[in-house]
Amino acid sequence: MWNEIIVLIKKEITLEWRQKYALNGILLYVVSAVFITYLSVGAKQGNISIPTWNALYWVIILFSSVNAVAKSFVQEHQGRQLYYYMIASPEAIILSKIIYNSLLTLILSLLGYIVFSVILGNPVQDQPMFILNLLMGSMGFSACLTMVSGIASKASNNATLMAILSFPIIIPILLMAIKISKNAIDGLDREISVDKLITLLAINAIIGATAYILFPYLWRS
Amino acid sequence: MRAHWWKVLAIILLAYTIIAGLLFEVPRLPILNETIRALYFHVTMWFGMIIMLIVAVVYSVKYLRSGELKHDDVAIEFTNAAILFGVLGIVTGMLWAKFTWGDYWSGDPKQNASAIGLLMYFAYLILRNSLTDIHQKARIGAVYNIFAFSAFIPLIFILPRLTDSLHPGNGGNPGFNAYDMDSKLRMVFYPAVVAWTLLGFWLANLRLRARRLERKLEDKLINQQ
Repeated sequence: MWNEIIVLIKKEITLEWRQKYALNGILLYVVSAVFITYLSVGAKQGNISIPTWNALYWVIILFSSVNAVAKSFVQEHQGRQLYYYMIASPEAIILSKIIYNSLLTLILSLLGYIVFSVILGNPVQDQPMFILNLLMGSMGFSACLTMVSGIASKASNNATLMAILSFPIIIPILLMAIKISKNAIDGLDREISVDKLITLLAINAIIGATAYILFPYLWRS
Repeated sequence: MRAHWWKVLAIILLAYTIIAGLLFEVPRLPILNETIRALYFHVTMWFGMIIMLIVAVVYSVKYLRSGELKHDDVAIEFTNAAILFGVLGIVTGMLWAKFTWGDYWSGDPKQNASAIGLLMYFAYLILRNSLTDIHQKARIGAVYNIFAFSAFIPLIFILPRLTDSLHPGNGGNPGFNAYDMDSKLRMVFYPAVVAWTLLGFWLANLRLRARRLERKLEDKLINQQ
């Protein structure tokens, strides 16, 4: 099982590396989105209040990760999917996609963080906590979005469906992540955030476990 | 007649809920005053909704295990009924909020969460309608229904309790038991829960039978040739 997953993750990375335009496209998406918000709120360094900084950051990460993950099942054409269907177990496929997309989302959010810090200033006081939260948030985002992109890929009108199906489901994760990141920005005592981190981890676990159980049924159809 | 006892019970209990709910004496608490009567409608409808959503999830699981369309019919019709109750519940809740908290929408976490929960289930309907093949519709609908429910539970029951909310039982506010559920309220509250749930079952049941008839007619038309 684990060997299978590792092979599949390697396959995802190779594929991504071969078509660099998709990866570069999504990275550019993050940078442009940050720039658009920067110009439209008309903020200068340190001019923007901390809750707004936090909210803008997470909204941008949300939209970029929806775009990044949406392609995970559409990118490869039907014939190749049939081939995977024959050689790999559905559990291995969903787990490998979730892990790969977590990495992708994490890279996106780190890039977003760097660009945000350069352009809008960096108010974060507790860096390790903020990064840890990014990691957890990326895992949750990717578990939820990977499953939803699997569902949306079965239906036509993909982009709209992807958004309306995933936004309500992702909100619990998003809200928890925003709260923890607010605590990390304010540099609050870590004990306050630990509880919330555990809750976030629990929600991630629920979403991940449901995706793991349900995906075989989706894959079969 | 024997098979219909629960419908009679539903009518009796609904009549009781409306009459007793509007006429019986209620405790007068500051701010709440007479608006406490909304408890019999708003809260009980949400209870009914949750019960029907659970039924829908159970039947979605059954469908995925067996692949029989009749289970899927139950799941979609119970979800439909639950959505109707959810909308009614949120509207009655908004009315109640106007008179106690001062605004129709006061950004209360539970209020927001329930609106998001409804969005989830509207998305479920759109997803189903965007698929054409009947088996694919059933399968993917069932998968999303279970997936959405697993996100709905933390959204409604866990997250609001972690923050300050105006609803009872959240953010240090006392729950029902501690504060306003005195025995007079209980006397109407529990029958009302049963009444709304039965009404929901009845609605779902009617639509379910219509759906089965439709399918039978279709099969007949197809088999004629």
